[in-house]
Amino acid sequence: MSGLLRYVLQRILALAVTLFFVALVVFLLVRLLPGDPARVIAGVFATEEDVQRIRVQLNLDKPIPTQFAYFLASLLRGDLGISARTSEPVTREILSRLPATVKLAAASTLIAAAVGIPLGTVAATKAHSSLDFAISALVLFGISMPVYWLGIILIIVFAIHLRWFPAAGADQLSSLVLPSLTLAAFSVAFVARMTRSSMLEVLRQDYIRTAWAKGLSELVVLYRHALRNALIPVLTVIGLQFGELLGGAVLTESVFSWPGVGRLLVDSIFSRDYPVVQGIVLIFACLFALVNLVVDVLYGFIDPRIRYE
Amino acid sequence: MASLIREFVTSEQIRGFPEVWGRLSRHRAALVGLGIVLALGLAGALAPFLTPHDPIRQDLNQVLLPPSLEHPLGTDHLGRDLLARILYGGRLSLFIGVLAVAFGLTIGVPLGVVSGYYRGGVDLVVQRLVDIMLAFPSFLLALALVALLGVGLTNVIVAVGISTVPRFARIVRGSVLSIREQVYVEAARAVGAPDLLILFRHVLPNALAPVIVQATLSMGITILVAAGLGFLGLGVQPPTPEWGAMLGEGRLYIFHSPYAATFPGLAIFLAVMGFNLLGDGLRDALDPRLRGIL
Repeated sequence: MSGLLRYVLQRILALAVTLFFVALVVFLLVRLLPGDPARVIAGVFATEEDVQRIRVQLNLDKPIPTQFAYFLASLLRGDLGISARTSEPVTREILSRLPATVKLAAASTLIAAAVGIPLGTVAATKAHSSLDFAISALVLFGISMPVYWLGIILIIVFAIHLRWFPAAGADQLSSLVLPSLTLAAFSVAFVARMTRSSMLEVLRQDYIRTAWAKGLSELVVLYRHALRNALIPVLTVIGLQFGELLGGAVLTESVFSWPGVGRLLVDSIFSRDYPVVQGIVLIFACLFALVNLVVDVLYGFIDPRIRYE
Repeated sequence: MASLIREFVTSEQIRGFPEVWGRLSRHRAALVGLGIVLALGLAGALAPFLTPHDPIRQDLNQVLLPPSLEHPLGTDHLGRDLLARILYGGRLSLFIGVLAVAFGLTIGVPLGVVSGYYRGGVDLVVQRLVDIMLAFPSFLLALALVALLGVGLTNVIVAVGISTVPRFARIVRGSVLSIREQVYVEAARAVGAPDLLILFRHVLPNALAPVIVQATLSMGITILVAAGLGFLGLGVQPPTPEWGAMLGEGRLYIFHSPYAATFPGLAIFLAVMGFNLLGDGLRDALDPRLRGIL
């Protein structure tokens, strides 16, 4: 366990380094904007005094390295600045929207695992059959489908014509159905594809042949011996596609008027609320990195063969 | 250009082409993909001959019409012919895809080559850079860049192009790392060939297969991302016909007419699927070992 602890600490350190540079990139991007950042942050209708006040408030009158030090220091305090649009703290704005996005992302990840893994498993055990072909076609559809288009189609069919689910909002549990299905489509396909190839790889291994030779039942061989081993790379994929999921959430939330961080991002881009844009990009990058850290650490619990050296 | 390419490609690879084509032409999925891609390219190129309508001219007496003989796919909320807009929009989507991927290749491939060939400190710096870029989900990176650079065609191409850079850099580095250990590279170094010659004559041509596959798959991704930006209203600006923007406008009228939101999405879907099929096929034809890596 001490190996695991050391590994986790190492990973957290590496994560901190990456996030430091992520913060630097985000910081520089906003500074590289053409024009005066204070004026940009203040917005189009700000007076000269407003701009000057913001310049001093954000330390924009100091040299760039000093500015970055201040920026980092406030980041560590969880302070992402003040929204140009609402004058609320950016952190509070984002936190109030985060639960909706997490709910959507979690539901979609669950769907991706619950549908994608069985699909991939069936495709691998019946490799090159017509069922495998059908699943491959489904995977291709899922990977090529623009998430925003799928959302619109689902609204047209299930909200306008069949009236089964609401087309927008997040007031009731049933409003989660269409957005999470929309967002999950890509991940389902991705997970199914990965499960299939991972499963095919495992089914070729000697210990599977041994298991068959021992006369174990199909159920035991496939699910107890093969699937458990095949799922390890699938876990990585679920972590990696979380980034796609966050990107997809921005679009899905826009289609369904879902009150999450993604829609806040789009609204903030349109109102040129740069502190909020900057904050959301940072938060999403952190979330993405954290999910992948958790996935890496989970390995040790799922696969005792992995030693964290 | 052709002679330039031939000079860089070793004779071995020119002999390889008929073989690759042979394998590709037996790959049914790849042929379907190639067919879709060619059809979309032709449809865009021949747009003026395929439809009599102007993609931008409005006719407020004919808004949101269902498909008819006059308007095979119907009209949008400003009475513009949807077929014309989709045909002309295809030009733009393919154009954005090609330029964005070219941008990604121009920056990503040299980064990967330098990183893999020289290793050491350069490699470390480049790989950290790649790590940082990969820390941003790709659609989010493109979105943030457009938010900062501003909307418009050039900025969309740059934003989407940048988000493809890390993947190219990483893939090229991987191939170069193994190629630089090959005997023929060692031999070239032994006879005193300069680094640049070794890189262009021996290393790059042999690292091309995964790059071609990734570039094809990236075409699909860039079209998807660029159309996503257009859908949000952050891409190419109206009235220019662009699939994503058309979908974004059409979605506001789905309660009156589903066509304006359905057909542009179908076009995006087909284009992305075409490049995905072609990319998978190319991977199988060029190097089956890449399966599972790309």
